Amino acid sequence: MSNLVSVRELCLSFAGRRVLEDVSLDLEAGQILTLIGPNGAGKTSLVRVILGLQKPDSGTLRFSHRLRIGYMPQKLHIDTTLPLTVAGFLALADRDSRRGRSVLERVEIAHLVDQPVTSLSGGETQRVLLARALLRQPELLVLDEPVQGVDITGQEALYRLIARIRNETGCAILMVSHDLHLVMAATDRVICLNRHVCCHGTPDVVSIDPAYTELFGVRTALYTHHHDHEHGLHGKVTPCSESTHGEHHHG
Amino acid sequence: MADFLILALLAGLGVAIVSGPLGAFVVWRRLAYFGDTLAHSALLGIAAGLWLQVAPGPMVIVVCLLIALLLLALGRQQSLASDTLLGILSHSSLALGLVAMSLIPGARVNLEALLFGDLLAVTAAETLAIWLVSGLVLSLVYWLWTPLLAITVHEDLARVEGVRVGLVKTVQMLLLALVIAIGMKVVGVLLITSLLVIPAATARRFATRPEQMAILGSIAGSVAVCLGIAASWWWDTPMGPTIVLASGLLFIAALTRRQRS
Repeated sequence: MSNLVSVRELCLSFAGRRVLEDVSLDLEAGQILTLIGPNGAGKTSLVRVILGLQKPDSGTLRFSHRLRIGYMPQKLHIDTTLPLTVAGFLALADRDSRRGRSVLERVEIAHLVDQPVTSLSGGETQRVLLARALLRQPELLVLDEPVQGVDITGQEALYRLIARIRNETGCAILMVSHDLHLVMAATDRVICLNRHVCCHGTPDVVSIDPAYTELFGVRTALYTHHHDHEHGLHGKVTPCSESTHGEHHHG
Repeated sequence: MADFLILALLAGLGVAIVSGPLGAFVVWRRLAYFGDTLAHSALLGIAAGLWLQVAPGPMVIVVCLLIALLLLALGRQQSLASDTLLGILSHSSLALGLVAMSLIPGARVNLEALLFGDLLAVTAAETLAIWLVSGLVLSLVYWLWTPLLAITVHEDLARVEGVRVGLVKTVQMLLLALVIAIGMKVVGVLLITSLLVIPAATARRFATRPEQMAILGSIAGSVAVCLGIAASWWWDTPMGPTIVLASGLLFIAALTRRQRS
């Protein structure tokens, strides 16, 4: 199958600090590829290079043709002084309100069309961003942490929705996540990134790869559900902070 | 009504109408301090005009634009917090303008008119210039409305969708410089941002869409100009500050209304 996107030996530094080192990847048409890695691993930087928002220091980036790219950014900060409805937000990408409504239906939030964007919950905001990305009828959908600020059940629903969008439209999807087991069912391939590519392959292969387990701990990959707490030495439940997540052990 | 009052009213309205949409962007993008800096640098433009013996109006636009581009470039460095940077530039350029003007031999400058405006002294030619610039800015804003709004909402997203962000931002700075150049005559460099910010903030209480906020801002500004000119005529107070005060009072009156989301 032909590669939609080919990245070869990409290097990028900020103020002398290496963010990406010899990163190569291929994305085939219709494929879902997930970038996973700890905070500061360069996932977002890599995405920004692919989107053309950031120039790499070296390396090549090749597209099979001029792709229509839909981009879903990590966050949306809109000043509360800006009175903007969901419909108005979508109109920035496409004036046709019928198309706006139809993408909202596809992401199952048609009822929010006249809501101000600043009043939306985390999950609703993510769906609005996804809708805007879909408006462009993309051949490549780039999703930077699509489930950020979404609760666990909402995350699973969102990943199911993303997988369904791929099945319906056949677009390729590149997404960023820092959690493998939730994304496992929704992705074809995984690249584990920690400035360089640690390992890559199908999710079940990556989850038992030594490079992966070194980065995320042995056991997380075996769990099929998510823990929002960890256990202390005596079995006491302690809250699990973001930074230690994925490395926790049951005592 | 006296001719000079009619001219004052026309000039004031010309600025107020264009301040609605521009002021909305200043509020949404949190550019109030930025606008202050540009306004202060307008004084430097006047000084440069006197020095080079060219018309001060175009010089103000040139200097404002240069400062705006300098700020855009410095903003990318991000080594200093932007409000610190603006604080440095804003007051340095004001001080530099004042010092430069005092150094020009033989120049007689009405400083108070520059700082607080001198609407009663506005000529027919200046009023015409105000309306021409105002019309130009309004048509550009209308034409570029969607990209301007898109970069306000999310710059990266707009860029991926094909908006030429750098160009649009530069045009926005140019528009702001133009409005400051014409607004100087009305309320002076020290009060000009109030003309941008206050009507927009008043309009926010009533608006449910961005376009609505821009238009309501123009209306709020125009009402403030009318009330301000009338009050200043009646009580014999300085016209520029009275217009700003009227604008402020309108905002306070609007506060009694619950904000629509």
